[in-house]
Amino acid sequence: MNELVPVVEMTDIAIGFPGVKALDDVSFRLFQGEVHALMGENGAGKSTLIKALTGVYTIDSGRITVLGQQKHFSTPAESQAAGISTVYQEVNLCTNLTVEENVMLGREPRRRGSIDWRAVRARTREVLAQLHLEHVEPGSLLSEHSIAVQQLIAIARSVEVNAKVLILDEPTSSLDADEVNQLFRVIRDLRDRGVAILFVSHFLEQVYELSDRMTVLRNGKLVGEYMTRDLSRMNLISKMIGKDLEVLEELDQASTRSQARLAATAQPFMETTGLGRKGSVSNVNLSIYPGEVVGLAGLLGAGRTETARLLFGADKADEGSLKIKGQPLKMRSPRTAIDHGIGFCSEDRKEEGLIGDLTVRDNLVLAMQATKGWARRIPRRVQDELVAEFIQALDIRPANPEALIRNLSGGNQQKVLLARWMVTSPDLLILDEPTRGIDIGAKTQIQKLVNRLASEGMSILFISSELEEVLRLSDRIAIIKDRAMVADISNDDVSVEDVLTVIAGGAQ
Amino acid sequence: MKSILKNRLAWPVIALVALLAVNQIFRADFLSLRMQDGHLYGSLIDIMRNGAPTILIALGMTLVIASRGIDLSVGAVVAIAGAASCAYIAASPEPASPVTAAMAVLIAVVAGLVLGVWNGFLVSTIGIQPIIATLVLMTAGRGIAQLITDGQIVSVTNDSYKAIGAGYLFTLPISILITAVVFILASVLTRRTALGTLIEAVGINPVASRLAGLRARNIIWIVYIFSAFCAAIAGLMISSNVTAADANNAGLYIEMDAILAVVIGGTSLAGGRYSLVGTVVGAFIIQTLTTTVYTLGIPPEVTLVFKALVVLTVCLLQAPKARNLLRNLRPASPLRTKEKVAV
Repeated sequence: MNELVPVVEMTDIAIGFPGVKALDDVSFRLFQGEVHALMGENGAGKSTLIKALTGVYTIDSGRITVLGQQKHFSTPAESQAAGISTVYQEVNLCTNLTVEENVMLGREPRRRGSIDWRAVRARTREVLAQLHLEHVEPGSLLSEHSIAVQQLIAIARSVEVNAKVLILDEPTSSLDADEVNQLFRVIRDLRDRGVAILFVSHFLEQVYELSDRMTVLRNGKLVGEYMTRDLSRMNLISKMIGKDLEVLEELDQASTRSQARLAATAQPFMETTGLGRKGSVSNVNLSIYPGEVVGLAGLLGAGRTETARLLFGADKADEGSLKIKGQPLKMRSPRTAIDHGIGFCSEDRKEEGLIGDLTVRDNLVLAMQATKGWARRIPRRVQDELVAEFIQALDIRPANPEALIRNLSGGNQQKVLLARWMVTSPDLLILDEPTRGIDIGAKTQIQKLVNRLASEGMSILFISSELEEVLRLSDRIAIIKDRAMVADISNDDVSVEDVLTVIAGGAQ
Repeated sequence: MKSILKNRLAWPVIALVALLAVNQIFRADFLSLRMQDGHLYGSLIDIMRNGAPTILIALGMTLVIASRGIDLSVGAVVAIAGAASCAYIAASPEPASPVTAAMAVLIAVVAGLVLGVWNGFLVSTIGIQPIIATLVLMTAGRGIAQLITDGQIVSVTNDSYKAIGAGYLFTLPISILITAVVFILASVLTRRTALGTLIEAVGINPVASRLAGLRARNIIWIVYIFSAFCAAIAGLMISSNVTAADANNAGLYIEMDAILAVVIGGTSLAGGRYSLVGTVVGAFIIQTLTTTVYTLGIPPEVTLVFKALVVLTVCLLQAPKARNLLRNLRPASPLRTKEKVAV
């Protein structure tokens, strides 16, 4: 990579939303003929940076130059006119139009005022051939083709406009291995022809396979720009999560809970074999024993939440099998899971947990009431007792059962949601990021609660981005990477580094 | 005072009282009631009696809207229920007997329940958007009613049947009593069981409700069945009042009045928390408005515009955004307006 003038140079970019600094003085360069990976966890600012470059967001401060010229993008059209093309995760083409119409949309060659369809077809064929897509008939409907081919056709559209910069945002998330290879061949071709490619993916292996250089973001700030070959996977991960390995290790306090309890029960409460769902996660092999805390570790976006949703029936698995107490079970819906003693606190409190306009009382008894059905209302007296008990036990503030839950703080909302499941006395409680975004006091209370529930015999699947937390609480740790489960390790004397090694893909 | 104004019912009630006051000013005997032949008479009784079908339908509509749905088919159900009962009476060998009237009522109610099941099926099982799903019956329903009546207006002569819409019991019109019974039924059904809370939960956050184990399908089915049930009773009332079934015009546009009553009563069209009392107040406002138009002697050609203006005012008063705007408008100086233009 010779030090030419970058095709795209973004300097000290800042973008803020009410209450959040999405990008804080981030700089970024993209050179001709390279694949540049933009790395960071969810919420690090990758999408915001891309949207600044494609004109979806207007920058608050900073400078964007394309081919040495300073640009002010305020609409996507301006960015496209400057030679920047984007292919999003969800294909943004019209599936009800033909391939050629999609490739040439808005730029159809004209003859005497009307579209010259013969020229459209010829030009489409030419472009498709460049992408090894000779077998795709230009006149066929886009919807007839697989997602992978549709994605390639989206790329064809950018080839047609002779894009200088191609942005690929999670292009591989719904492709299988062969399709990924096909896509990568095309990307390398384009790179060799001098296109500058910005590649965003949660799949570490793919990033290492494809990229020449990477820029790491964290919490809206620039961590650094590195040559891919100089940055080990371990170092990349520690940069993404923002902790030095040594520091991580100091914090590590392996669970002190005894393993004796596990040996006592031979039969797991839940056991999955090869559980998976197309486009979500695959190969989840997990056994959860009564009274055990199993930590689910992995980078954000690796497939942790997807795994939890499969186990709870929020999404239906289409491969593998699941057993509850040794009995095979089809998890058809959350209701099936609940009827078999499973509870689930979603990571998205607001969208998937709270009934915002209802009271603390209504929210707290909701799951219990749901299992009883609408006709058998939990008597007011019983409700009062339950609610009072949990408000006190979990220190929910304000201690007012009639307060609307949306007016509570995040930590207190989370406690109400935990209580919602605790009143149903489940055998297994799945907690997805139960401590995210809540103050430290509430966090400690919830961690203690997890410990207590497990010692009372409840199984807990604990998902958290904070490895220290997972290590401190869990008896065993299952690791998810690149949307598949890769390891299941006992937390005897596991260090943060051990877990990171697995996430980074080295041998355990 | 402030806490009273914060109550969701405060504005609708204020609007209703204001409307009644306006009427009282222009007609001194407006609020007075009198006894005649053992029946209670007066403008208030008229408002309640004429508003009964709208109130009934609005009660059903409230629960549908609380669940994030809407039911446009209620007018068509009114027509079908009236057509079915009148056609039965007209065709029966004893068109004047009370037994025939009772059978006719039964037929109309069963027809309503079946239509509710149909709506609920389209929305909850097939997953069609409520506005489209109920639009199907809204259009098709009038056709069904015409098929039943052979496109004719079916007149019946049956005293028992006539009593539903025009009769009196305990000095009060029977239609008012029926409406009161349904109101109490709905309140008990939703608040003594968990149904009301679960409807609200589904309406506020369907995703979270599903993850909490709620079977939204059953809940949605119940609200559409109840809505059609209310519409069927209203259909009986309307056809009984005129002792005839008019497939084309019975309950025409009544869905609009019902939706309006729900909204004026403080239940959000976005679903969630609802108030049956608010809906009743809302329906009274609409009915009082009609009476006011006559009291004030407003010419017929501007009646609809007048109605629209009052409704708009009530809705604006309820919207916090509009109230804030009104508050900010007062201290605004010309300078500030200028600044705004500059921006």
